[in-house]
Amino acid sequence: MTNPAPSNILPGLRLRQRFPLLALILERFVLSIILLFAVSILIFGGLEALPGDFATTYLGQSATPQAVANIRQDLGLNRPVTTRYVEWLGNAVQGDFGTSWASKNSVSEQIGKRLGNSLFLAGFAAVISVPLAVGLGMLSVHFRNRLPDKIINVISLAAISLPEFFIGYLLILVFAVKLGMATFPATVYDSMGFVERLKAIALPTATLVLVVLAHMMRMTRAAILSVMSSAYMETAELKGLGAFRSIVKHAAPNALAPIINVVALNLAYLVVGVVVVEVVFVYPGMGQYMVDAVTVRDMPVVQACGLIFAAVYIFLNMIADILAIVANPRLRHPR
Amino acid sequence: MNDYTKYLASRVTAGGLSRREFMGRAMAAGITLAVADKLFTESAEAAEPKRGGHLKLGLEGGAATDSKDPAKFLSQFMFCVGRCWGDMLVESDPLTGAAVPALAESWEPSKDAVTWTFKIRKGVKFHDGKELTIDDVVATLKRHTDKKSESGALGVLGSIKEIKADGGNLVLTLSEGNADMPLLLSDYHLVIQPNGGVDDPLASIGTGPYKLTSFEAGVRATFEKNKDDWRSDRGYVDSIEVIGMNDATARIAALSSGQVHYINRVDPKTVNLLKRAPNVEILSTAGRGHYVFIMHCDKAPFDNNDLRLALKYAMDRETMVQKILGGYGKVGNDFPINSTYALFPEGIEQRVYDPDKAAFHYKKSGHSGSVLLRTSEVAFPGGVDAAVLYQESCKKAGIEIEVKREPGDGYWTNVWNVQPFSTSYWGGRPTQDQMYSTAYLSTADWNDTKFKRPDFDKLLLAARSELDEAKRKDMYRAMAMMVRDEGGVILPMFNDFVNASTKQVKGYVHDIGNDMSNGYVATRVWLDA
Repeated sequence: MTNPAPSNILPGLRLRQRFPLLALILERFVLSIILLFAVSILIFGGLEALPGDFATTYLGQSATPQAVANIRQDLGLNRPVTTRYVEWLGNAVQGDFGTSWASKNSVSEQIGKRLGNSLFLAGFAAVISVPLAVGLGMLSVHFRNRLPDKIINVISLAAISLPEFFIGYLLILVFAVKLGMATFPATVYDSMGFVERLKAIALPTATLVLVVLAHMMRMTRAAILSVMSSAYMETAELKGLGAFRSIVKHAAPNALAPIINVVALNLAYLVVGVVVVEVVFVYPGMGQYMVDAVTVRDMPVVQACGLIFAAVYIFLNMIADILAIVANPRLRHPR
Repeated sequence: MNDYTKYLASRVTAGGLSRREFMGRAMAAGITLAVADKLFTESAEAAEPKRGGHLKLGLEGGAATDSKDPAKFLSQFMFCVGRCWGDMLVESDPLTGAAVPALAESWEPSKDAVTWTFKIRKGVKFHDGKELTIDDVVATLKRHTDKKSESGALGVLGSIKEIKADGGNLVLTLSEGNADMPLLLSDYHLVIQPNGGVDDPLASIGTGPYKLTSFEAGVRATFEKNKDDWRSDRGYVDSIEVIGMNDATARIAALSSGQVHYINRVDPKTVNLLKRAPNVEILSTAGRGHYVFIMHCDKAPFDNNDLRLALKYAMDRETMVQKILGGYGKVGNDFPINSTYALFPEGIEQRVYDPDKAAFHYKKSGHSGSVLLRTSEVAFPGGVDAAVLYQESCKKAGIEIEVKREPGDGYWTNVWNVQPFSTSYWGGRPTQDQMYSTAYLSTADWNDTKFKRPDFDKLLLAARSELDEAKRKDMYRAMAMMVRDEGGVILPMFNDFVNASTKQVKGYVHDIGNDMSNGYVATRVWLDA
C-alpha cells in the first residue's frame, strides 16, 4: 500500500518526525476507518439494488398483497434510502445493529453469539495452522529439493487443490461415518462444555487447517528462499553458521513481512470465508447466519454481517501492515 | 400387502386406529377377514409403542431468521418445531385427510355452512399450568385474522367475518359458506396460545406433548416431555432435539453415522445410495405437492387451446417420474388434485405421452417456430433437467422448445407468475377448494396460469358451501375436467415426500397431509432400543 501525500500541517509533521512509527500507525488507523465508512455505503447501496425486497421474499408463495403491505409499513421501507442509511450508520457506530426483520431478535446479540462461534473455530484453526505452516516452510527450505521438501510440497499442493467442501466430506466419511471416531454434526450450542465443544469442532478445524496450510507454507518457503539468495546469507554460510541456524536467525526475520501478510490474509479468510465449511459441518457461525439472512433479504442482519466482515478484513490487514513496518525498519521512512 | 393396508397397519402401530376401525377399512379395501385379523395382531404386537429415549432429528429448512412466533412459521424446521409444542383446534386424518378433533372436540355447521360452532375441549392445560379457555381460542384466531396481521394463515382465514365465544363454544361466522372450515383450522400457524399469544408471541407456550427447553434459530431446538399432556396416544420419547442441517450431504452423513434418527428432504438423486446403508430406512409418502409447467392462457401463443393441448400431449409423464423423481412420485393428469384429497374425482382418463396427438394439435394451432420455456433449479429439484427432458419428448412431436435457464435468485419475483411459460411447483393445500382458490380462481393473486373462466369460478364457489358430499364430488369432477382440458397447467407429476430414518425409529405414520408425517413426526414415533 502506498502512503498518501504527507500532510503539511505543522503539528502532524512534528509528530511524524518525532514518532515515525506512531504516526504511521495512526495514519493506518484513520485510513481504515475511512475505508470502513466507504464499505458501509457500498453494502447499503448494494443491498438496495438487489432484486426483490424482504416482504415478498420472506413470505414467498404464501404472501398476500395485504401481508406484504403490512410488513413494508411496519419496517418503514417506504422511507427514502438516505434517511434509512444515516439512521442505520448512526446506530451501528454505537454498536446497535437493530433487530432482525425476520425473527425480531436483536442483531447485535445474535451476532455476538455467532461471531464468538466463528472466532472460536477460526482461532483454533489458526493456533494449529500458523506455527505448523511456518515450521513446515522452514523445514522444506532446509531440505530444499530433497525428499522431505518434495513430500511437504506434494501434500500441501494436493490439499490446496481440493475444494474445502470435498475435504470436509472426505473427513466426515472417514472419521464420522466409517470409523465413528469424530463428532458430527459440529453443532455447538450455549450449554455445551468446553471439552465437548473442542470435540465437536475437530473435523471442521482439520478441514480449515488443510485448506489454509499450503498457502502459508509455500509463501514462507518462497520468502525465505528469496532471502537465502542474498549476499548476507552467503556471508553467514561462509562464516560457518549451521544451515538450520542461519535460516532461523538470519533468513526468517528478514522474510517476515511477506509471511505476516499471507498469515493475515489467511486469518481473515478463516473468519469471513468459511461459509462452505460451516454449512457442510452444520456449524452455527457468521457465514451461515449471513447466508440465511441474504436468502430472505433480512437487511439489518446482512448489513451487520457485511460490516463486521469488512471490519475483520481491514483490521487484520492493518495489523499486518503495522507488523511488517515493525519488522522492517526501512518501511518507516517512505522515500 | 398394498400401500393402503400398509398405511392402515402403520396407523395401528401408532395407536391411532382401533381394531374395529382397522378391520372395517381393511376389508373395505378387499382383504379377507382372516388376513386382516392376522395383520392387525401383527402390527399391534410388533409395534407396541415404547416410551423413553432421546430423539434427534436433522432437518433441512431452518434459518437464523426463523421466528418463534407461530404466525410467522415458514420453514420446514419451524413447521416441525411448532407441532411439538402446540396444538391446533383441528387435525387432519393421516389416511383420509378428513378433519378430526384436536382442541375442538366436535363441530356443527349451519345449513348454509356460513356459521360454524366448535365445542372446545375441557381440562386441557397449557405448559405454564394455566387451563385452556375459550378466550384463548378466540384471541388466537383474532390475532391471525387481524387485517394488520403478518400471519401466514391470513389468506386461509380471509373469509372469517366474526369470531366470538358462546358459552364454552367458539362460533365462527363466514362471509360465504365453506364446507371445509374445520380443515382450514388445522393450518400449522394456528397454534392455540395463552391469550392468543398477544402478550408474548415468542413464548412457545402451548398445549402440545412437548415443552420447548432451548431454541437457537436455525441451529437447534430441544424439548422435554409435557407430563400433563391431555393425550396419551402421542409423545412417546422423553426428549427431542431438532438440529438444522441445510446441506443434503451433511444430513445423509449424520443419519448413516447414527448421529440423528431422522432426516427430511432426501434428494431423489441420492436416495438409492442411501438405501444401501444397513441401518437406514427410506420413508416415502405420497403427497399433494406437484411440479408444474405453467402457460399463461392469456398470452400468445399460449392463448390457443390447441397449442396448450399439443404441449400437454408432448409431456412424457412416466419418464419424468422415473428420471426426475427417481421413481418417488406419481404421474399427474394436468389438474392439481390427486387421490390424497378427500372427494378426489375418480375415473378421469390418465393423459399419456402421445407425439401423434401432440403433432395434430400443434398443426391445428397454426403456431410455428420455437417455444421459449424458462426454468431454474429453484423451480423444483431437477427443474432444469426436467425442462431438457421435456424438450426431447417435444422434439418427437415436431415441437421445438427453447430452454432458458434463469438465475435462482429472484426467480419467484421475475419469472414465475410473470413470464408466459415457466416451471414451478406447488406444495398442495389441505382441500381441493383451497388449491383451486389459490391458483385457478380468476381473481386469485397466484393464478399463475392466468386461467380465467367465470363458469369455473361459479362452480368453485358453489362447491365451497355444498354440504352434500356426492353433489360436491360431481362439481369437483367438472372443475378438474376444465383445468385438465382447457387450463394452462401441464402437470407431469406429484412428488412424494422422501425422508429417511434409522431402523430404531418405529411407528412412523405416513400422513398424506404434509411432509414429515404432517410435521408430527417427533410426537408420533418411538425409539426401539
